[in-house]
Amino acid sequence: MTDPALLPVPSQTSGPFLSIGLLREHVGSSLVAEEDPRAIRIRGRLLDGNGDPVPDGMIEIWQANAAGRYAHPDDTRDDVPLDEGFLGFGRSGTVDDGWFEFVTLKPGRVPAEDGEAQAPHLVVIVFARGLLKQLVTRLYFPDEPEANAADPILSELGEAERATLIAEPEDGGLRFDIHLQGDGETTFFAV
Amino acid sequence: MGPRHSSLARVPDADVHGVDPPYDYPEYVGTRLRHPKEPLVLLPHTLSERTAPVFGDMPLGELDQDLTRQHAGEPLGERISVSGRVLGSDGRPIAGQLVEIWQANAAGRYRHAVDTHDAPLDENFTGAGRCLTDANGEYRFVTVKPGAYPWKNHPNAWRPAHIHFSVFGRAIPDRLVTQMYFPGDPLFPFDPIFNSIRDEKDRERLISRFELDLTEPEWSLGFRFDIVLGGRGATPLEDPHDD
Repeated sequence: MTDPALLPVPSQTSGPFLSIGLLREHVGSSLVAEEDPRAIRIRGRLLDGNGDPVPDGMIEIWQANAAGRYAHPDDTRDDVPLDEGFLGFGRSGTVDDGWFEFVTLKPGRVPAEDGEAQAPHLVVIVFARGLLKQLVTRLYFPDEPEANAADPILSELGEAERATLIAEPEDGGLRFDIHLQGDGETTFFAV
Repeated sequence: MGPRHSSLARVPDADVHGVDPPYDYPEYVGTRLRHPKEPLVLLPHTLSERTAPVFGDMPLGELDQDLTRQHAGEPLGERISVSGRVLGSDGRPIAGQLVEIWQANAAGRYRHAVDTHDAPLDENFTGAGRCLTDANGEYRFVTVKPGAYPWKNHPNAWRPAHIHFSVFGRAIPDRLVTQMYFPGDPLFPFDPIFNSIRDEKDRERLISRFELDLTEPEWSLGFRFDIVLGGRGATPLEDPHDD
């Protein structure tokens, strides 16, 4: 029997005021400098079931570095280099009429559990008033058609589902809207 | 719903959450246009999910965890400390990880443009704190007890006093944003956010404990709030493709 002291604490909504605690200077939305030749600007909108912007949300991204290594002790692949100072994590609010924006780099390919290479992707986590628990999705890159077609997760999704996870080119950067509900609803994952 | 093309299991909202509340919870009006209608896709865990950001090097100061000393003067209200341990579901401490909190002031008002509650702001209180857990997974904040406040979910709706917590664990499924409550709050039976967690035993783990041992004489009341992170809540009973 599970020790009752070790039962998890349940989730509650971040509410409308998360910016007070979470959108401060200690965690930013730029994972690399804008001058970095590898820098990509990714922006998008968080939208509700009416297609209206969600202005009180927060998006977090988690990713490997350009070589495909996570800055985490459980990524033990010493043959794949770490980047000093690349945390692989960023946050953006959606305060500006639902818009969020990141400056980051495209991660390298990371293996799936069977060793097969996954397509480059970001883990994307959504918080907002009205979400009693965060939602988790992934962002894939439009300039990786072959890797995307072979990706063990993306390739298992239906065409319409897959389309919600692949960012679109826009003004030299990428556009990735997140639809919480309804038309074009983003594919979300249970993790 | 159209035909499914995938061999990945789909998990309906009702089954996905373990101890967590569902996305679709009509009593909390804010969920209505913000919950996905489609079942979630059960994601096989890869390195992307078995890792999470590691904040151990983040330069944080003493003032980051003492919300009563961030301004020229002291905030009004009952001075309290909130401390506890962050543990993985295996009972091992989560060391060197980021814990962040935010809260209303003692009058029940947030320092936020969207909060229009007619209660006073406190020029000596921002309501934000953060710290890294120590080697034993321990964290500690000093603050003032937040006030209850009204919201517009339903007529005469009031939120029980709470402190928002954001916690990171060892892996993406550990990520937790929650709210810590205070023992004996009379508003518990009326709050749809608290009651979105169906099981009373699960709700109880959101309520801090008053502890005299953590209470500093002539100074502050002490509350303990231990946080066990969950890992995967989704436990689909059967894979529909195994039929």
